[in-house]
Amino acid sequence: MLAINWFKYSAPSTFYGAAGKMIPWFAGASAILFIVGLYMGFFVAPTDVQQSEAYRIMFIHVPVSILSMIIYLIMAGYAALGLIFNTRLSAMMASALAPTGALFAFLSLWTGALWGKPMWGAWWVWDARLTSELILLFLYLGFIALHASIDDPRRGDRASALLAIIGSVNVPIIYFSVKWWNTLHQGATIKLSGTSMHVAMQQSLLTMFLACWLFAITMALLRVRSIILERERNNQWVMDLAEIKK
Amino acid sequence: MNSQLIAQQKSGADLSLTRLLILVIRRDLVLAMRRRADVLTTLIFFVIVVTLFPLGVGPELNLLRTMAPGTLWVAALLASMLSLGRLFSADYLDGTLEQMMLIPQSLSALVLGKMAAHWMVSGLPLVLMAPVLGLQFDMSAEALGILILSLLMGTPILSMIGSIGAALTLGLRGGGVLVSLLVLPLCIPVLVFGAGAVEAVTSGISPVSHLSLLGALLLLAFVSTPWVTATALRISME
Repeated sequence: MLAINWFKYSAPSTFYGAAGKMIPWFAGASAILFIVGLYMGFFVAPTDVQQSEAYRIMFIHVPVSILSMIIYLIMAGYAALGLIFNTRLSAMMASALAPTGALFAFLSLWTGALWGKPMWGAWWVWDARLTSELILLFLYLGFIALHASIDDPRRGDRASALLAIIGSVNVPIIYFSVKWWNTLHQGATIKLSGTSMHVAMQQSLLTMFLACWLFAITMALLRVRSIILERERNNQWVMDLAEIKK
Repeated sequence: MNSQLIAQQKSGADLSLTRLLILVIRRDLVLAMRRRADVLTTLIFFVIVVTLFPLGVGPELNLLRTMAPGTLWVAALLASMLSLGRLFSADYLDGTLEQMMLIPQSLSALVLGKMAAHWMVSGLPLVLMAPVLGLQFDMSAEALGILILSLLMGTPILSMIGSIGAALTLGLRGGGVLVSLLVLPLCIPVLVFGAGAVEAVTSGISPVSHLSLLGALLLLAFVSTPWVTATALRISME
């Protein structure tokens, strides 16, 4: 059995090095998958009968939308870990994930608008999904803004962790309230055709999803390394780093 | 009042939760009554925001009638944000809050008292003012009744969710704008069900489902937010 002491890597000093070793692998894999996924999305996947070529924006829209939600949950999970066990690294991971999550939420809205214009004839529709994605973006921005406006990083970690947890509890409530709000008052809800997808489409979607996921991991690791350096700058192990000594 | 509270504390830990609640509510109400201008500011803000909508969209009554529930609710939401800064900040600045956190009773109960007092000062006046403003929008009597009911159930939730934001941003620069950024997204369900209940009545549907959900939210907030706010206060004060 492979015995790894996971707690060893919960210390920022050891995780800093480990993250540095992992980044090239995640970045490389993400780049390869992006190239493969984009090639498949543009050239292998067939043209859609109903939506012609415009549907291809799906290959970036769907992965970023799903990930923007998953990242929020992971961020809240890290925040909760940091709040409960008082581990420094968890809080750093939470604040490292937030900008990527916010970026994905924004990209999801942006690509959605670009897709909506040719398909629905409108940049924006007050559909339940669009609205809840917009609220998710606000929640990310609230998290980032609260963390940024507290000077003491420990208090900032704990306060924004509490906010992230409240947000994750509230997200289902918000989602359902928005859904009911929409269906109660606007009869026509626009839904995409629920027909089974072509295999090539599925595969390119999955490839792009993995590529985006690996990209998010890469960015989070890069950012957490900067955060570790910033927070631990007065510690001896940072002074001893080769890249600092130079 | 400050010394009175401390004296009460010293008199022993036998202060029951209800007496603590009453004490905190009375103290906050007295303090609010000594600064009536603050209470009036919230109310006047509410009236002005509601008045701006007809000026902005035009005076057609049909349009105003459909807009009325949403407008009144959004204005109430914004007005309740306005007074959140005062919820803990005065006590924080003069050190009373630190003393309060030493009480042997549950901090959550004390926070609940402060929430209740905040609602009586900033939420209740809006509820009482709303029917007058609703008349300006030519709302029917039935819709006005539901509007009052939904505001009566909804504005306490706004105070309770808002107090979490107020506790988290205690003593921060630019706290007022930050509170809105944190709290407004969390208040969306209240807005949806509150305004939805009134809209349901005007379009001839039963508002019971909306009001039930609003009541469920009220119970959920009543159970969870005092504890969350107390946790947030401990984070902010340490």
